[in-house]
Amino acid sequence: MMKFPKDGSAKMYLNSIFSDPVRMERLVDISQTSWLPLLEGLIQFTVPLSIISFIIGLILAVLTALARISTIKILQVIARIYVSIIRGTPLLVQLFILFYGLPSLGVTIDPFPAAVIGFSLNVGAYASEVIRASILSIPKGQWEAADTIGMTYVQSLRRIILPQAARVSVPPLSNTFISLVKDTSLASLILVTEMFRIAQQIAATNYEFLLLYGQAALIYWVVCFLLSVGQGRLENRFDRYVSR
Amino acid sequence: MIRIKNLHKKFGDLEVLKGIDLEVKKGQAVVVIGPSGSGKTTFLRCLNILETPSAGVISIDEQSVDFAKPVPKKKVNAFRKQSAMVFQHYNLFPHMTALENVMEGPVTVQGQDKAAARKKAEQLLAKVGLGDKVNEYPFQLSGGQQQRVGIARALALEPKVMLFDEPTSALDPELVGEVLQVMKDLASEGMTMVVVTHEMRFAKGVADEVLFMDGGHIIERGKPEDIFGHPKEARTQQFLNLIQKTDVI
Ligand SMILES: Nc1ncnc2c1ncn2[C@@H]1O[C@H](COP(=O)(O)OP(=O)(O)OP(=O)(O)O)[C@@H](O)[C@H]1O
Ligand SMILES: [Mg+2]
Repeated sequence: MMKFPKDGSAKMYLNSIFSDPVRMERLVDISQTSWLPLLEGLIQFTVPLSIISFIIGLILAVLTALARISTIKILQVIARIYVSIIRGTPLLVQLFILFYGLPSLGVTIDPFPAAVIGFSLNVGAYASEVIRASILSIPKGQWEAADTIGMTYVQSLRRIILPQAARVSVPPLSNTFISLVKDTSLASLILVTEMFRIAQQIAATNYEFLLLYGQAALIYWVVCFLLSVGQGRLENRFDRYVSR
Repeated sequence: MIRIKNLHKKFGDLEVLKGIDLEVKKGQAVVVIGPSGSGKTTFLRCLNILETPSAGVISIDEQSVDFAKPVPKKKVNAFRKQSAMVFQHYNLFPHMTALENVMEGPVTVQGQDKAAARKKAEQLLAKVGLGDKVNEYPFQLSGGQQQRVGIARALALEPKVMLFDEPTSALDPELVGEVLQVMKDLASEGMTMVVVTHEMRFAKGVADEVLFMDGGHIIERGKPEDIFGHPKEARTQQFLNLIQKTDVI
């Protein structure tokens, strides 16, 4: 249950901040000294974790999509099971299994690599559906035109099909990437000192939770905003060869 | 140049080609006509192994493939290189310019040097009358221009045989002439061609032989003036009456 103070203490709290110069100063102080460590967490862990996981995830996704499309039954089945498991279990549970669970089997993985594995597997499963759909959306005639000029399967994919599928995939894959950036905050729970964990650590020392989490949220938002700007540019680039 | 023996093609239970025999000499242009669903497209696609025939032997030049047993992929690819297909709906690569479309085969498949391939592609595009459109994307070209790029793309591979599947039937009437002209030029340069088309003008002017297909068989074959002038078979007559009436040609 959410509880709102009925006695007007929320208003008093805000009043107390704005009318109390000492408290104001303390908040401004904490805020100023927090930016740097937060951004460090962003640059050192959040960004690399996102980028590395996305790249590995995309490779997994293309392979999984191709396996799903292929006529080889066993590949189809493996791909289906993989996607089903990843989509059917919570990301946080997957991370916990990787980091806290596997040591029981004698497999110990450091926080960062464990997070990379978890997020890559996740992106791989979700993005594979996007990529599968966009490959299937390319007209059959494109495969045939590639065949008739003598291309092999791999050449057709690399030169003809995937470049066109990429254009169709940009909006949904941008979604995947933006979600991933935000999801990396879950890595705080397996001890990766990414941005949100640093926010937690700072807040634990001064109890200014609202301030610190608010600051973290603001940074996530700015990053995601920049990403959606990038998405727009990418779409424009790809659209140069279609009439609008 | 082309020799086909007892070619069969089944789609599941549906037998679309029921034993086609054909011989085409080097430099000949053969036009295939016939009602919708008679198997013309399927026949052409078998020649390029875009469809795998159920049975029969196809030879082009020195190479021969027997479809009685599964054909290895390598052999299919090698065989395919001898012929090139021009599609009814062009099937240009939309993410590449006209020039890139034409260069793609020579560079990616044949491993030619880029500069040389570019020069040749420019010559081919000039030859089909598109010297000033090399850097346009397909969506910036008219249907007739796209189809001419399609022809240049096929020619870039220096095939021994050109296959055309109704290359003008998706075009507005005023654009048909420019494409037919390019094909006419090719024929007069001695290219071996198999053309599915109902363009009577083209068939009469260019074809060395006309085949009438119906129900998966070649019903009648002969010189264009004979087939169009005095067809022997009733079914050919019927078909010709029909297309003359509906003014398809
Ligand atoms: N991939 C396929 N699977 C199943 N049936 C097919 C396939 N391709 C063609 N057919 C069938 O084969 C028959 C011949 O088709 P085809 O396209 O060769 O005819 P066509 O003579 O080219 O006709 P049109 O003049 O309409 O182009 C048709 O009945 C068609 O439905
Ligand atoms: Mg057809």
